[in-house]
Amino acid sequence: MSSHGSNVDPKTAELWDKSHYQHDVISTRTFGYFMYLLSDGMLFATLFAAYGVLSYQHSYSGGPTPADFVKPWYTFAQTMALFVSVLSYGLAMNALKHKNKSGVINGLLAAFVLGVLFLALDIHDMTHLASSGITVATSGGMSAFIILTQVHAAHVFFGLIWILVMMAQVLAKGFTTDVVGRLLTLRMFWHLQAIIWVFVFVFVYLWGYMS
Amino acid sequence: MLVDLAGGWNPMLGRLAWSQIPYDNPILAPLFVAVVIGAVLVLGLITYYGKWTYLWKEWLTTVDHKKLGVMYILIGLVMLFRGFIDGLMIRTQQAWAVGPHSSGVFGATHGYLTPFHFGQVYSAHGVIMILLAATPLLVGFMNIIVPIQIGARDMAYPYLNALGLWFTAAAGALIMISLFVGDFAHNGWFGYAPIFELQYSPGVGVDYWIWTMELLALGTTLGGINILATIIKMRAPGMTWGRLPIFVWASLASNVIALTSFPALQVALALVAADRYLGAHFFTAGLGGNLMLYTNLFWIWGHPEVYFVILPAFGMMSEIFPTFSEKPLFGYMTMVLASMAIAGVSWLVWLHHFFTMGAGPYVNSAFSVATMLVGIPTGVKVFNWAFTMYRGRLTFNAAMLWAIGALFLLLVGGLTGMMLAVPAINYMVHNSVFVVAHFHSMLLTIVYAIFASVIYWFPKVFGFKLNEFWAKTMFWLFSAGTALVFVPMYMLGFMGMTRRLDYVFNTAWHPYLLVMEFGIVVYTLSVLAFFALLYVSVRDHASNQVGADAWGTSRSLEWLTHSPVPFYNFAVLPHVNARDEVAWRRDNGIDHVQPDHYEDIHMPNNTGVAIVLGGLTFVLGFALVWRIWWLCAFSLLAIIALVIYRSFKGDPGYIITAAELEQMEKAAMRREARIGKQQHRVGSGVLGEAIAYARSDLPSLASQPGSTGGLDHRS
Repeated sequence: MSSHGSNVDPKTAELWDKSHYQHDVISTRTFGYFMYLLSDGMLFATLFAAYGVLSYQHSYSGGPTPADFVKPWYTFAQTMALFVSVLSYGLAMNALKHKNKSGVINGLLAAFVLGVLFLALDIHDMTHLASSGITVATSGGMSAFIILTQVHAAHVFFGLIWILVMMAQVLAKGFTTDVVGRLLTLRMFWHLQAIIWVFVFVFVYLWGYMS
Repeated sequence: MLVDLAGGWNPMLGRLAWSQIPYDNPILAPLFVAVVIGAVLVLGLITYYGKWTYLWKEWLTTVDHKKLGVMYILIGLVMLFRGFIDGLMIRTQQAWAVGPHSSGVFGATHGYLTPFHFGQVYSAHGVIMILLAATPLLVGFMNIIVPIQIGARDMAYPYLNALGLWFTAAAGALIMISLFVGDFAHNGWFGYAPIFELQYSPGVGVDYWIWTMELLALGTTLGGINILATIIKMRAPGMTWGRLPIFVWASLASNVIALTSFPALQVALALVAADRYLGAHFFTAGLGGNLMLYTNLFWIWGHPEVYFVILPAFGMMSEIFPTFSEKPLFGYMTMVLASMAIAGVSWLVWLHHFFTMGAGPYVNSAFSVATMLVGIPTGVKVFNWAFTMYRGRLTFNAAMLWAIGALFLLLVGGLTGMMLAVPAINYMVHNSVFVVAHFHSMLLTIVYAIFASVIYWFPKVFGFKLNEFWAKTMFWLFSAGTALVFVPMYMLGFMGMTRRLDYVFNTAWHPYLLVMEFGIVVYTLSVLAFFALLYVSVRDHASNQVGADAWGTSRSLEWLTHSPVPFYNFAVLPHVNARDEVAWRRDNGIDHVQPDHYEDIHMPNNTGVAIVLGGLTFVLGFALVWRIWWLCAFSLLAIIALVIYRSFKGDPGYIITAAELEQMEKAAMRREARIGKQQHRVGSGVLGEAIAYARSDLPSLASQPGSTGGLDHRS
């Protein structure tokens, strides 16, 4: 029966599933979430492409360029806040392995506080820019700069809401399959935002500062 | 931070005002009255028959992939009809407004549509046909068929599936409401920089276009993730990659495209929104904006999108040809590779939409060669289908006719596509109706494949067949319409007629345009034939009932379970042993072996959260279009709150006990026994020896069901 792509003997073949085959809930969920993150990565890739096209000298239309206002050490502080936030999330996941509820809560709390710090620094930076007259309406280059960095910041903002929700769920429900699955997907999300930030820091802030 | 608007704006209603309702428009006002009467009638009938509870419990809150798929297809068909009416209007305007002496009514100098209105009609036609007709129809079929074909009980994420549907519905509602509140974009379905900027399009039309497309992109991305995860994670035991039906492979390739390309659309449109709402300068004509950045970003999504819609159509054809040729698909592995190759190459060809950008000979050559490369895997597919039919026992029923029609149109569209891939030719016919005729050939390939699938899979979902006579009548009328509309269009393209003309200056083109108008009248008849098809089929459904294997010659796993498919798909998941499992079981006489005992199965609960979220996203879209900021904030907060609520509530699901299952299965089998016998005779009764050619790839006569009673099988 090669035409059917099978060399199973129909006389002895198993026709119905006897193995009580179960789909692994957590792995199905994290896999799907991983795919969502791929599409999120594509979203940022498109934004980076737009930034690449709009970061020539003429894109700034004679107005201010990132070289005029980027303060590398300030942005480095943001970087550290986000990285340590991811680190404490990692520690929370370590605690999860030992079913250590307070460890998870503490890790999430630290991740949350550091995330808020990151966001506060970002908002302070943006209001500072706005007060010196630099907004998305300044030039094509500044539009690309601000939208790219603020789309990342919006991701961080929604991540922070999610961290709060997860702290509440860990407290209220304990480590159920749903909660553990969500902690794992949130970890992927939080890590991706740090990875994206590496590119934002290097290619938008540092490169802009150097050019 | 927000831009200043030229027109009025108030904090309560944003830009909404009575003057935005086109009550004085001689086309829209009567249509609005008709829509209101129709809606009241439908709602009244639902109330009269007391079907609200049924509707809410069985359809609006469902997470069943088959019902969601049916609703996707309903949305698709409704929008296909709306898009068709738009096409009818375009054709009529172009047949009427020819030459300086043509008359004009309804405020138009020539014809009956003003240029601004005509621009909205063709923009809506494009958006609707691609994103709200073709996409939901195909997603609907993937939703229904993929889980059954791989032997799963549902999609990987049933709730997300419902969410995707209601986002699509919200987008459909948003584009429909633009008919009666405000106006729609006039910048073509893909938009042009800088005409969509606030400065040149101060109305809300472009905003409708942005948020409709954003919602659709979101819905399709979520749907894509779901189908990918379903295919990768939910296959039944024994369903190895080499045994996956080709439709599933095509869906996989297609949704890889969706997952990776739709974010580019989302960003492109979000940047347009940034320009229009925040005063950014991404695509403006001054202050460092870049017009061609938009065109590139859009087509980086736009071309993969084209293959996103054509690949499932290819998958459908790959299921239909073998069934009605009574042969396995020719070249399974090459078909898989071709699908994946098309998905890959789809990313390397976007620039052929604007060779005239002036990127230079090296860039144009590279994209030209990449575009021609697409012809290789597509050619492989065409030959595979031809070889599948070659020396098969062909049954020319309606489904097969539509599939063969798709094959011919694919040839026409593919060959003209190869012509357009040559930049030298492309420069000559750029933005002419030759291009329009080309991509309509390609998209009609999809429409043909969809109608083939409607006929082919209808009995699986509803348990009875569609009427053959009306299906064939519709096919011939539709094909005559296609020829009459698009052959003259190709010719006009060569004569230099450009696309989107609300006024045709050259009277020498008039005869062609009149033939096209006649063609669209024939199309209209085929639409009527479709309504007749539905009416007659439903009227006669008692005499058209079918069993599990509706066609008697079907091959893949969806034909193993009962028709109509029970909500749990398979009482016991099948163990897959062959590539064409059902054909393998039938050829070995074991297709009637049922599982000997049942076990409890776990199913997800219905949820009203998805439809409420869909409603809220519609409100959000509407509020964004009209810049009603408080309503934006309210609906966004409500969405976040509802998502958190659902996250806390979770869904424990419910259990169907083995006893209940056995009862339902027995009822289904009794139905099968009542109608199954004669069905199966019809199916495999045309047996072999009348056809002189004995094929080694088909089982010998001895193992046919009914001839020996099959093998003695104890599973």
